[in-house]
Amino acid sequence: MDYLLTEEQKMIKDLARKISEEKVKPVRAELDETGRFPSELMKVFGEADLCGLYIAQEYGGFGGGCLEFCLATEEVSRICGGVGVTFAASALGCYPIVLFGTDEQKKKYLPPIASGKKLGAFGLTEANAGSDAGGIETTAKKDGDYYILNGTKQWITNGGEAEIYTVIAMTDKKRGSRGASAFILEKGTPGFTFGKKENKMGIRCSATRELVFQDCKIHKSQLLGKEGMGFIVAMKTLDRTRPGIGAQAVGIAQGAFEEALNYSRTRIQFGKPVSSFQGMQHILADMATQIEAARALVIATARTVDTGTDNISRDSAMCKLFSSDMAMKVTTDAVQVLGGYGYMKEYPVEKYMRDAKITQIYEGTNQIQRNVIALQLIKESAATK
Amino acid sequence: MNIVVCIKQVPDANDVRIDPKTNTLIREGVKSIINPFDENAVEAALKIRDASDGKVTVITMGPPQATEALKTAIAMGADEAILISDRAFAGADTWATSYTLSQAIKKIGSYDLVLFGKQAIDGDTAQVGPGVAEFLDIPQITFAINIEMDGTKIRVKRQLEETTEIVESYLPVAVAVIKQINEPRMPSLKGQMRAKKMVIPSWNAGDIAADEKNIGLNGSPTQVVRIFTPAPRGKSELFEGKPEVIAKNLFNKLKGLKVI
Repeated sequence: MDYLLTEEQKMIKDLARKISEEKVKPVRAELDETGRFPSELMKVFGEADLCGLYIAQEYGGFGGGCLEFCLATEEVSRICGGVGVTFAASALGCYPIVLFGTDEQKKKYLPPIASGKKLGAFGLTEANAGSDAGGIETTAKKDGDYYILNGTKQWITNGGEAEIYTVIAMTDKKRGSRGASAFILEKGTPGFTFGKKENKMGIRCSATRELVFQDCKIHKSQLLGKEGMGFIVAMKTLDRTRPGIGAQAVGIAQGAFEEALNYSRTRIQFGKPVSSFQGMQHILADMATQIEAARALVIATARTVDTGTDNISRDSAMCKLFSSDMAMKVTTDAVQVLGGYGYMKEYPVEKYMRDAKITQIYEGTNQIQRNVIALQLIKESAATK
Repeated sequence: MNIVVCIKQVPDANDVRIDPKTNTLIREGVKSIINPFDENAVEAALKIRDASDGKVTVITMGPPQATEALKTAIAMGADEAILISDRAFAGADTWATSYTLSQAIKKIGSYDLVLFGKQAIDGDTAQVGPGVAEFLDIPQITFAINIEMDGTKIRVKRQLEETTEIVESYLPVAVAVIKQINEPRMPSLKGQMRAKKMVIPSWNAGDIAADEKNIGLNGSPTQVVRIFTPAPRGKSELFEGKPEVIAKNLFNKLKGLKVI
């Protein structure tokens, strides 16, 4: 399908595909098996100028937007969901700085992320604050020109591997969601340590760790935006990065589909390739149709984000919801197409299925996405009456 | 430090098919790539430039479509590229090619280092690097697995079959590198955009003051008489089993044949 991409955007897609096929594919099974973090691959993406696609040129980036970022994320995820999320989570970590950082903060933190020399991470989730982000217990207490952080963030992607973290903490518990603030933290700050790396079902090479703050003292210049803006920072960031999860889901589904299609053409049963059976053909046709529909939604949503509009919560929730549910279905079907072989680790489709599951959960569960969509629909309807 | 890298565009070996009737390569529809060893030479050049200063110029002799190979090198980070292209160069063997490239390098003028890949994966001769060095009358170091620059000197580690050798030379010098010297970098996005916009100059036989007696098919001492697929050899014998048993059987067999 022709998405009317510019020459530059096609170049980004092709380059991300080339690197993924030549550098990621040969190691993806090993990364999945061992859970080893793919530092060397992030370096390759950085050197190829792919880590700063959405960062302005004056801060060392490419000067693109959400669409450029999604095109690359899909291609990386088509080969490996774990490497794909590692690539994408760095963007999630530094997007708050892109949106709310002062010129000084941008100058300091964006160029090393754009060059791939440093990774970013985003710390919102806690043990008791998942879908209910209002339950955050990490505190940041003002002390003269400093803030002192205490608490623990959970399941933070790129935790321990990233150098630059955006962390949401309560500066005024009494004000509820208006009492949260966003801070930039650097790895190595005294009082800032990491928990163990989680052992996950899928996206296994990506690092998922706790961020632990024990009397962690940071200068007030590390505050992002204003005090009390923490939730706005988080929500505006997530609205703009959710299409990235959509792109990741589309990539995972596309990779699984290609494996299934190729297999169906070479697997002989009853004297014929199984792709010649209508039952198989219909599965493949449905898979491809659903992927294309999700891709179209991702690209349209990314383009909407790139217009600069503020009114994107609904669209970005739809994009993430549809793409990730699609990816779960398509990867499950891919395993079915390969039959018993699909269930075995010699073939990559079971990995695609394990990798797909998380896209329905993180950056807001799909149930929360439905809440966001419904709430927006009702609001809009009420406003017109 | 001015570095010239000589590269060749070759058919992608992963994509090569043989015409079963004529037994020749099917070139149509086969992707062309930079000769893989030459990518190592480009990478080596970029590393030396990045560590010091200077300029990397990539050249190739070939038809206009070889510009693509030059653009790939530009996308990797090379500074300049020149296509050496003329119908009169067609059919050149390694001698005529070496002469032609050396004429182009002479026209470039100032150079400290001329880099080559060990050999091209289509011809596999490994003769052009040494040939160019001879025409330029500069020292040559082949099979390079490591290059160190030391002011006006170069120190190269050569990987030979059973030994490694460290050779020093003054500049300018020609060096042919092997695959193990490095891992070629991927093209970057900014590099690709620069390559896309870049107009690559093309030099013909006149531009490089090439003597027509030395170029193309007419200037080539090698004349290909016939290309054919050798008939399959006679029956072979396969030893199987544990390595010690295979070795013993092979030894006895060779002894029996009075080969050893």
